[in-house]
Amino acid sequence: MLEISHVTKVFFPGTVNEKLALEDINLTVNDGDVICVIGSNGSGKSTLFNMIAGTFPVTSGTIKLKDKDITHAPEYKRAFMIGRIFQDPTKGTSANMSIQDNMNLASSKGMKGLKFSLTKDRKAKFRELLKQIGLEDRMEDNVGLLSGGQRQALTLLMTTLSRPSLMLLDEHTAALDPRNAEIVMDLTKEYIERFNLTAMMVTHNMQFAIDYGNRLIMMDEGHIILDVAGEDKKKLTVQSLVDEFRKIRRKEFDSDEGLLTT
Amino acid sequence: MIEGIFVEGLIFSIMVLGILISYRILDFADLTCDGSVATGAAVATMCIVGGLGITAGLVLAFLAGVLCGLVTASIHNKLRIPGLLAGILTMTMLYSVNLRILGNKANVSLVRVDTLYRLFPEAFSFLPQAFASLLGTLIFVLVVKLIMDLFFRTDLGLALGALGGNEQVILSQGMNPATLKLIGVGLSNGLIALSGALLAQYQGFADANLGQGMVVQGLAAIMIGEFLFSSNRISLITLRAILGGIIYKALMFLGRKYGYLIGITPNDFKLLTGILVIISLTVAQTRAMASAKGARKKALERTQSLKEADNA
Repeated sequence: MLEISHVTKVFFPGTVNEKLALEDINLTVNDGDVICVIGSNGSGKSTLFNMIAGTFPVTSGTIKLKDKDITHAPEYKRAFMIGRIFQDPTKGTSANMSIQDNMNLASSKGMKGLKFSLTKDRKAKFRELLKQIGLEDRMEDNVGLLSGGQRQALTLLMTTLSRPSLMLLDEHTAALDPRNAEIVMDLTKEYIERFNLTAMMVTHNMQFAIDYGNRLIMMDEGHIILDVAGEDKKKLTVQSLVDEFRKIRRKEFDSDEGLLTT
Repeated sequence: MIEGIFVEGLIFSIMVLGILISYRILDFADLTCDGSVATGAAVATMCIVGGLGITAGLVLAFLAGVLCGLVTASIHNKLRIPGLLAGILTMTMLYSVNLRILGNKANVSLVRVDTLYRLFPEAFSFLPQAFASLLGTLIFVLVVKLIMDLFFRTDLGLALGALGGNEQVILSQGMNPATLKLIGVGLSNGLIALSGALLAQYQGFADANLGQGMVVQGLAAIMIGEFLFSSNRISLITLRAILGGIIYKALMFLGRKYGYLIGITPNDFKLLTGILVIISLTVAQTRAMASAKGARKKALERTQSLKEADNA
């Protein structure tokens, strides 16, 4: 479904700050894949997501989504098929608008017209959906009044409204407190399962990455160094992952966070 | 006299509504206003003097304003320079354009032709002339306000509001922020030019220097309005902008009339307006800090009571 071939990204080319963020990345994501992406800071996880979502252009290579070449499509056009949730809970919703207006905005993609589409029927529908995250009685409140966890849950709900072909979850629970992180993560799993979504999820939690999803990708210094799926993935342990990393890269795995959060 | 202040204030408040769109709703610091208000005045004046009529004058003035806004937004979108700089560029260029529109004259008078402010007394002949002008302007402003309230409740209007709050949301929903900026800044300057068109008819002439310092005056009016009451409903937000515009003009009137008592002349008004904006910003910041402090205190109290409940 998603085909990334020979994608390379160089930041600040031709300057002293030149940085090779991704080097010759090849990755094929199949329909229904739920992929956990791990790797230390600066390994290229976020850059990879930015390339897929179209935040920055690639330096070379091609990206195809559903057999369509989207390498040069602007971010807003890719958003028709890609739903992305950021680590920062404020990025997914508009703070100075009510919950129902935010939901209304998200219920159809693309340029809006001069219609009043927030009808009674639609409000009732939103109310029903919002019950899942316990916000059904606050539909007229501004989103800015919600907690980070509530905002992220709302973002998740809004993103799934349009049933994206691909979900990009960029450490979307990392900025939340443990309880809210758990709630949002449970909700994420529920939606992925219920709507049969294809998803890529960046996480720092190795144990979680091993337990969840059908595929695991490990990145280091701009390369995908490990891509495990199916039965092989079920056999993984944190220790075997770290050993594998040491074998491939001939250096120590340097993400304390990844090792400690089990 | 008092009617005059209201008429002036109401005309001014159309411009304030325009500035409200760019500064508050889109969060786009747009200085085009100083030029586009004079463009509106010039276009309307030349249409009326040229015999095209008042309606055509108003419509063309609005469209000319939209065009000014489109230029600013395009410069910002295409060259990726800050909106502030794009606005300054357009504003500066407009000074020459406005002189051209006025036939290379610094001002063109509107005497001995029909203007809105001749029509109003005829239409509302049951009222004294000054009140007829007031009523006519009031109706005009209310219609503009109503259209604006409706517009910002449509899907497109909501999207514009979302853009000001968070550009990423717009991208994520598959909309091009550049297009939305064109629409928003265009509409903003359309209203500003419309205000200029009314002003020229009210004062009886169009002047190439009409727009000088208008942005800051508009901001002052918005901030005065925000002191009146707080709300997230568009109808109340536009209402308070209009009230702010009228209060600002009333303050300036008082300054003109009684300022001499404390040695203030109209020459000092720009300085005073600037100081007014600075004071407003300071007060708004203090308020925000106070409410944050209040929230913190509440949170502390809540955890305290939770602890006590646990202990008990």
